[in-house]
Amino acid sequence: MTGRQLRRHGLGVVGLLLTSLTVVAALAAPWLSPHNPIASDFAAGLEPPGTPGHPLGTDQLGRDLLARVLYGARIALFIGFCTVLLTALVGGLLGLLAGFYGGWSGTVLMRIADVQLSFPFILLALTINAIVGLGLRNIIVSLSAAGWVVYARVVRGEALSVKQREYVQAAAALGMGRARMLFGHVLPNVAPSIIVVASLQFSQFIVAEAAISFLGFGVQPPTPAWGSMLSESRDFLYVAWWLAAFPGAALALTALGINLVGDWLRDVLDPKLRV
Amino acid sequence: MRGYLLSRLGQTALVVFLALTAVFFLVRLSGDPVLLFLPMDIQAKDLNEFRQRLGFNDPLLVQYGRFMAGAVRGDFGESLRYKRDALGLVLERMPATFALGGVALGLTFCLAVPIGVVSAVKRGSIWDYLGMGGAVLGQAIPGFWLGLMLIYLFSVRLGWLPTGGTGGPAYFVMPCVVLASFYAARITRLTRSSVLETLNEEYILAARAKGLTELVVLGKHTLKNSAIPIVTLAGLETGQLLGGAVITETIFAWPGVGRLTVQALLNRDFPVVLAAVFMVSVTYTLLNLAVDLLYAWLDPRTRRESPA
Repeated sequence: MTGRQLRRHGLGVVGLLLTSLTVVAALAAPWLSPHNPIASDFAAGLEPPGTPGHPLGTDQLGRDLLARVLYGARIALFIGFCTVLLTALVGGLLGLLAGFYGGWSGTVLMRIADVQLSFPFILLALTINAIVGLGLRNIIVSLSAAGWVVYARVVRGEALSVKQREYVQAAAALGMGRARMLFGHVLPNVAPSIIVVASLQFSQFIVAEAAISFLGFGVQPPTPAWGSMLSESRDFLYVAWWLAAFPGAALALTALGINLVGDWLRDVLDPKLRV
Repeated sequence: MRGYLLSRLGQTALVVFLALTAVFFLVRLSGDPVLLFLPMDIQAKDLNEFRQRLGFNDPLLVQYGRFMAGAVRGDFGESLRYKRDALGLVLERMPATFALGGVALGLTFCLAVPIGVVSAVKRGSIWDYLGMGGAVLGQAIPGFWLGLMLIYLFSVRLGWLPTGGTGGPAYFVMPCVVLASFYAARITRLTRSSVLETLNEEYILAARAKGLTELVVLGKHTLKNSAIPIVTLAGLETGQLLGGAVITETIFAWPGVGRLTVQALLNRDFPVVLAAVFMVSVTYTLLNLAVDLLYAWLDPRTRRESPA
């Protein structure tokens, strides 16, 4: 590999490795964890890292921090995955229809997107979450309701330009049905954009979930979500730095890995896209 | 130009109107509004009296009309917690948020633009790798975690900086660094790619061929032409700073609109939430308008109509 190729693909490989690490931690959490993540042991509260049996120490209730960080990967990836899937399906489909069929429904859709984009993402998701209620399912709903517009916009733009291409017009001239054209010609052409947006949104959703849980909404204790663990750690910052350090580091490394994969996918699949 | 401004202001009004409508109906349709507005341990008798007093027994559209009529006059009702005019409460907190956002924005540009330009000009050098590595890290590290770690290091361990609150310049340091970190990372990367693109343009070659010094080529010909995408993103991101402020203000107990909004959401103080939604959407759309006007100045090609 030349220097340029290494620069282009090297970081992507690092990202893939980091992401696989998180996925393995999430899948193998029950086997990797030395303890139950929500079992308290009041006799062993706030043990520092390196304590025998608790490599990362314990929290204020004596719960093993390593177990909680590992199970936290499950929560984070589950929320990220569900939200990306939901937003890609809903936003992608609406954007595809708006771009391909156009008309007043497309215009209305884009105006809704404009209104939604005139509000900061995290504040929107937070407000929706505070209204619809707390918990795992509602945080996925809130993030999706706030995040679908990005797909709708990108996919609509792509669909509009694909529609003008000669082979699509040739297919129309040959009498190809609209549904077949939509799924046979337009969808495969907008798929790279959807993949790139999804990978770039993935870490944004995970970090947003953690931020919302950190503020006291979203996923509630004792569920071991990184955001709510960080929220609890604030009260113990003077005595137990590890409670804040490890869940946050796990979150940062996960976000870093996914971002690197996302940047790499964009460079390879769709270098013009700016999200 | 005047027509353009008027139509953009009209759009702003429409966006604010739709945002308020959406939040109003979300609040009302997501369950008994009275339960949302009141603490959990309220008595049944008080509940009915409250419902009658605030007019929740009226049809939904009547309530909506009443809310909008109030909103037009800047009346969002009384804060349930502070027993004060909700909009006044929000307006009182705006200067603190603007101060924080303004300093963070300044810090962002002082860091991001020079690093981005150096990375592009010295492409492939050690400075490029350091700058881009920092930007990639800055984008991945969540602000609220960075905030906690800074508090641990500089307040708990070293005792150099206050953990939170507001006061002299020392109080600005950590919140501004946290708020700026993510945006600085994005703007650094964008500056680099934008400058790289401009350096490939023929007029840069022409400027060099004319024998202009590198300083003039970079400072005058490259930077001004690279500025358009940077200003675009900065405009969008300036609005997102308002979102980032929600988290930063909460960590550092900064008395701004973001912290007020989080507290209002936690206390189910919805008049304050609606007033905050109003102010945030007004600020955000006006910022975007300012950015669009800035474009017209930077790039005459984007002027929609000549100022006759």
